[in-house]
Amino acid sequence: MTATAPEDFSAFVTHDAAGGAGLELMVRGARCAACMAKIEKGVAALPGVGGARLNLSTGKLAVALKGAGADPARIIAALEDMGYEARLFDPAVIQDEHDKEGRRLLLALGVAGFGTLNVMMFTVPVWAGLFGQELQPSTRAVMYWFAALVATPCALYAGTPFFTSAWTSLRRGRANMDVPITIGVLLTLAMSFYEIIRGGGHAYFDAAVTLIFLLLIGRYLDHQLRARARSAARDLLALQASVARRLDAAGHERAVPIAMVQIGDRLAVAPGERIPVDGVIEAGRSEIDNALISGETRPVAAGPGARLYAGALNLNGRLVLRAAARVQDSALAEIGRLMEAGAQSKSKYVRLADKAAALYVPVVHTVAAATFILGWSLGLGWHEALTRAAAVLIITCPCALGLAVPAVQVTASGRLFRAGVLVKSGAALERLASVTHVVFDKTGVLTEGRPRLLDASPQSLALAARLARASRHPLARALTEAAGLGPVADDVAEVPGMGVTGTIRGRRARLGRADFLGLTGEPPAQTELWFGFDGEEPQRFRFADALRPDAARTVSRLKALGLTVEILSGDVAAAVIPIAEAVGVERWAAGMTPLDKAAAIRGLETAGWRTLMVGDGLNDAAALAGAHASMAPGAAVDASQNAADLVFDGEGLDAVVLAIEVARAAKRRAMENFGFSALYNAIAAPAAVLGLVNPFVAAIAMSGSSLVVTLNALRMGLAGARR
Amino acid sequence: MTILFYLAPISILLGLIGLIAFGWTVKHGQYDDLKGDAARILYDHEQDGPEG
Repeated sequence: MTATAPEDFSAFVTHDAAGGAGLELMVRGARCAACMAKIEKGVAALPGVGGARLNLSTGKLAVALKGAGADPARIIAALEDMGYEARLFDPAVIQDEHDKEGRRLLLALGVAGFGTLNVMMFTVPVWAGLFGQELQPSTRAVMYWFAALVATPCALYAGTPFFTSAWTSLRRGRANMDVPITIGVLLTLAMSFYEIIRGGGHAYFDAAVTLIFLLLIGRYLDHQLRARARSAARDLLALQASVARRLDAAGHERAVPIAMVQIGDRLAVAPGERIPVDGVIEAGRSEIDNALISGETRPVAAGPGARLYAGALNLNGRLVLRAAARVQDSALAEIGRLMEAGAQSKSKYVRLADKAAALYVPVVHTVAAATFILGWSLGLGWHEALTRAAAVLIITCPCALGLAVPAVQVTASGRLFRAGVLVKSGAALERLASVTHVVFDKTGVLTEGRPRLLDASPQSLALAARLARASRHPLARALTEAAGLGPVADDVAEVPGMGVTGTIRGRRARLGRADFLGLTGEPPAQTELWFGFDGEEPQRFRFADALRPDAARTVSRLKALGLTVEILSGDVAAAVIPIAEAVGVERWAAGMTPLDKAAAIRGLETAGWRTLMVGDGLNDAAALAGAHASMAPGAAVDASQNAADLVFDGEGLDAVVLAIEVARAAKRRAMENFGFSALYNAIAAPAAVLGLVNPFVAAIAMSGSSLVVTLNALRMGLAGARR
Repeated sequence: MTILFYLAPISILLGLIGLIAFGWTVKHGQYDDLKGDAARILYDHEQDGPEG
């Protein structure tokens, strides 16, 4: 099979046990049923394709290949013709994409639900107190045995996620929330068996399995949230396995995965493409946009012999590059290492629920132990003392605590998701709630990240646009955008690094740098273009990177929330100062390298600040990973989206304020839930110690507390819907 | 009361059948793409593609 597919893409083809071959692509922009049918039909009709199936939830297209003639490049081209951006997935990254953990939890939830409902069938008559009247006590024993028969296997199977987690935690010498759950459930089952063998009336089978059912709901919600975030991160990672175009000895271009590029390979880089690996220009001239690496907005001219870094954007000339490093050794790799270090420091963060567990576990277990020892020594008898100790563990079992945080975080991230903000984990929301200092990158965050024409007369603009439409240079594009649709000049030729020439109404015209138009006296400023007919006085067009319309408002709203704001930019001071003044930020730093930014964030963190970093470029990735919390716009480079805790869509910076507000509200709700759980335990535990708790009271109290906690969490979602 | 010894197992058995059916749907990935499946039902033509 592989022999028939072009050699270049062999790295992307997967083979299954049955001998079939397949490809996976990420398709962006497919949202509706019609898109799905169009894509599946269109791709299946291509030669060499056996079938195609799009997962509308994840945007993943699985293509089955058959026979000869399958060409991945053609599949991508076909999808692009249909209007969807498509990229190949690197199979090394998507291994094990089937969500085994989620399926196991769902199955456990099903089993626990079955157990809960069927156990009630036998225990409700007992609660109703029918025995001793119409029914004989022997019938009650039968009911309890039926309950035991259903509840025990269900609780043991559905409880496995908690049991294994508790065991792992205990082996590490720590006690997480699952330890009291496990002890509570196992002790409850053991006590209940002992009771029914003795013929007593205190069996808690229903409580054990109901507890697991309610806790599994929280566990499953939490898993769904993390799974969505994980798959978003993994998609970004897989998409980075993009393609470089290698030239063979005969000069033919062949697309290969970047990971396969070797030192010394000759690579073609077309205008508008990014430099795949670090390398030296062999042939061609162009202007290079280093904004992603250094944050500098001014393009730099480059010719043969110049060294280019992976991630830089080739603006306007075709280049032939000799690879000087493999992708894992490229300039990007240093940033990657910094990102790893940042992620590690973040993983030390202790989540709210675990903090609560650290407080809760010793207290509850001490109370239970004290109940048993005191009860026994005060003459209750060891059986009654143990029953009361077990009742303490059962009724204080952290049902509400287990639901308190996941329920809040799922509603909060659901509300942010509707507003176009993707939250990658619940822990990210908790960290975001506690930030004290916001650090903005300038280019692409506070500004739109692309130049805008400042002012020009309509006549000269219309003429210059005829030349500009033929160029991909960012300044020319800004000019075209200002001019709108219109004709293109004749005989257009682009001189890389200089400008464009062409014929307008029979006369030769030039658009480009000052020296391209023969102006020698002017210093070659990069944020301006000159336009003129040969033999006439040229005219100047000036450009500036425009502020986002809501940047100043966002900064003032952040200040109103009690946060301090700072700008860290890789751009020159002259470009940073006007932006800082316009948005009202006093603290700023210019000319920062990626390493400077990461170091600055680390310095702030050590000084006790909790920073929120908002950045989009590759130069921000390490700072994003190192900050207490981080956000990146959806237009950011993949690495930055990957490093950030939250990714926001759309044009507005409003999302930053909204995310902080929602995170803070979520933290308030979570604390309310903890407070409620504490109150509930303060009432329930003494009742259990005094022996006032029977199976009916335990079941009602536990379900009731879980319900209150969940409803309180849902209040957040309602607040969002009203807005 | 002996009727209980017939009815209780029967009712548990019915529940178990439901549970097994649910397990089957989970195992076959019927909850992996809820959005896609909701849309797919609207189309007549059925394709034999690989599992999404």
